[in-house]
Amino acid sequence: MLRLDSLSKRYQTGDLALSNVTLEVPDSQVMALIGPSGAGKSTLIRCINRLVEPTEGTITLNGQELTSLNSSKLRLARRHMGMIFQEYALVERLSVMENVLSGRLGFVGFWRSYFRKFPQSDVDEAFRLLERVGLDHMVDKRADELSGGQRQRVGICRALIQDPNILLIDEPTASLDPKTSRQIMRLICELCKERKLSAIINIHDVMLAQMFAQRIVGLQMGEIVYDGPPNEITPDVLTKIYGEEDWEATIETVDEDDDENVDEPEQVKDEHHPGIDRDRMSGLT
Amino acid sequence: MAVSQLNGVKVWQRRDRAKQLKIWFGYFIAVTIFMVCWKYMSDRTIWIFVWDAPTQAIDIATRMVPPKWGYINSLWGVIWDTINIATLGTVIAIFLAVPTAFCAARNTTPSVRFVRPIALFIIVSSRSINSLIWALILVAILGPGVVAGIIAIGLRSIGFCAKLLYEAIEEIEPTQVEAITATGAGRLQVLAYGIVPQILPAFAGISVFRWDINIRESTILGYVGAGGIGLHLSASIDNLVWTQVSIILMVIIVTVIVSEWVSAKVRHSII
Ligand SMILES: Nc1ncnc2c1ncn2[C@@H]1O[C@H](COP(=O)(O)OP(=O)(O)OP(=O)(O)O)[C@@H](O)[C@H]1O
Ligand SMILES: [Mg+2]
Repeated sequence: MLRLDSLSKRYQTGDLALSNVTLEVPDSQVMALIGPSGAGKSTLIRCINRLVEPTEGTITLNGQELTSLNSSKLRLARRHMGMIFQEYALVERLSVMENVLSGRLGFVGFWRSYFRKFPQSDVDEAFRLLERVGLDHMVDKRADELSGGQRQRVGICRALIQDPNILLIDEPTASLDPKTSRQIMRLICELCKERKLSAIINIHDVMLAQMFAQRIVGLQMGEIVYDGPPNEITPDVLTKIYGEEDWEATIETVDEDDDENVDEPEQVKDEHHPGIDRDRMSGLT
Repeated sequence: MAVSQLNGVKVWQRRDRAKQLKIWFGYFIAVTIFMVCWKYMSDRTIWIFVWDAPTQAIDIATRMVPPKWGYINSLWGVIWDTINIATLGTVIAIFLAVPTAFCAARNTTPSVRFVRPIALFIIVSSRSINSLIWALILVAILGPGVVAGIIAIGLRSIGFCAKLLYEAIEEIEPTQVEAITATGAGRLQVLAYGIVPQILPAFAGISVFRWDINIRESTILGYVGAGGIGLHLSASIDNLVWTQVSIILMVIIVTVIVSEWVSAKVRHSII
């Protein structure tokens, strides 16, 4: 379980990005974090693994307080938090395999990682994950030769190979087309379900958030203004989060199950890998 | 960026009047200085020699042919020395430039306040002293020979390599580094996985580029006794053996062309 307790962040420039945020994310919950640009969504996510140092407040993950850790303890704690980035943040000049295996860096010594001598179990797991996301035929490609959707899958593998307790996901679909966005979101949510992972997903697309998340938190000017289930998002709520606008068309009204069924075939004829047997794969992971 | 009101119309000019006047005044000063210097130099030039120059040049050129082809056999050794000076000097420079560059780059330096200025100072001092001057000093310290040349080239190249490399380090994409950091990787691992792959092409390019420059620079070092082909050149000129000079110049040109070709090839294949 992740707990943020009156968390605040003021950047050196004076911007108050988060003010007094208290939030609890129970195990295996997928939570979407929505809010206008500059609301502090990225800041919140980055405070959790302390890529950004919080100014005030505490963060506890499974009983361990993260905010007070020294740098070597922080390093150990980071191994249990997977992060997925908007622009994928793959190391462009490394191969797909190296990128995936870099998720294990916290668990292997420097020289082993330097000579790419990862334990066989890590390599097995990397192959399994790549197969699961349908990229097993691209193992040796360089990351900068992949399309956006493929890169994001590699990013997902890199986060998952850490075997994390929680996924921190910053706008996973913002650079992807609508269909790939859905596929990626579905993949993330399925993997979270399989592995009983909790996740915080920053997302601008309210409809996607409603479609896939179990809970939605709305952030505005660094403060939580909405916290509830996806189906309670109303135009009023969106106005509170984003400001005045005609919100009717944005809100997901279709019954969720229907939608799942409509989209199912899309997932299967997956870019370069037609007809992967998803049930068999999910058994493996 | 000057907007003024003229009869109720907003007029925009690139500069306002005072600034424009200042710029004209600047031009005026520059032209004046140029003319004064011109006069000073022309007063002190012995024009008879200058008018004589074409005749002298033609004279030397005719004395250079036919080149003394047989002389080339006594040059192989010094060509080899020259190439070695350039190569070993570059290798030394790279070894020292890499840590310097990491200390000088704003995003990797251990301390912006203390370490960075020292690294920058090393870079500036290495760059501001020509390799010929380094060689003069080193020949005085170490005595004449190839070693002085190697170290001179090395010292001169540290700054060049480190400066280009630290600029490359400062331009890396920080999100890739963040992503590696976020996995819980150690400092060295972040370096090896997040930073090194990003600067590797720049690093290789800088190294061969500097090697190529160093081939050219090391041809002259012999002039001050630091080994290489320059020693033969200076001896031949001093003894007025112009037929040897022409051979040496040809050899230098060919060596430089080959080195440029090699470095272009290498750079092309890496990037
Ligand atoms: N590195 C930084 N230095 C100074 N201020 C920052 C920095 N990063 C973010 N901010 C400020 O903090 C506030 C929140 O930024 P943040 O990036 O968390 O917003 P966001 O909700 O992720 O926005 P977006 O949806 O556009 O990604 C903004 O006002 C921004 O200007
Ligand atoms: Mg953001």
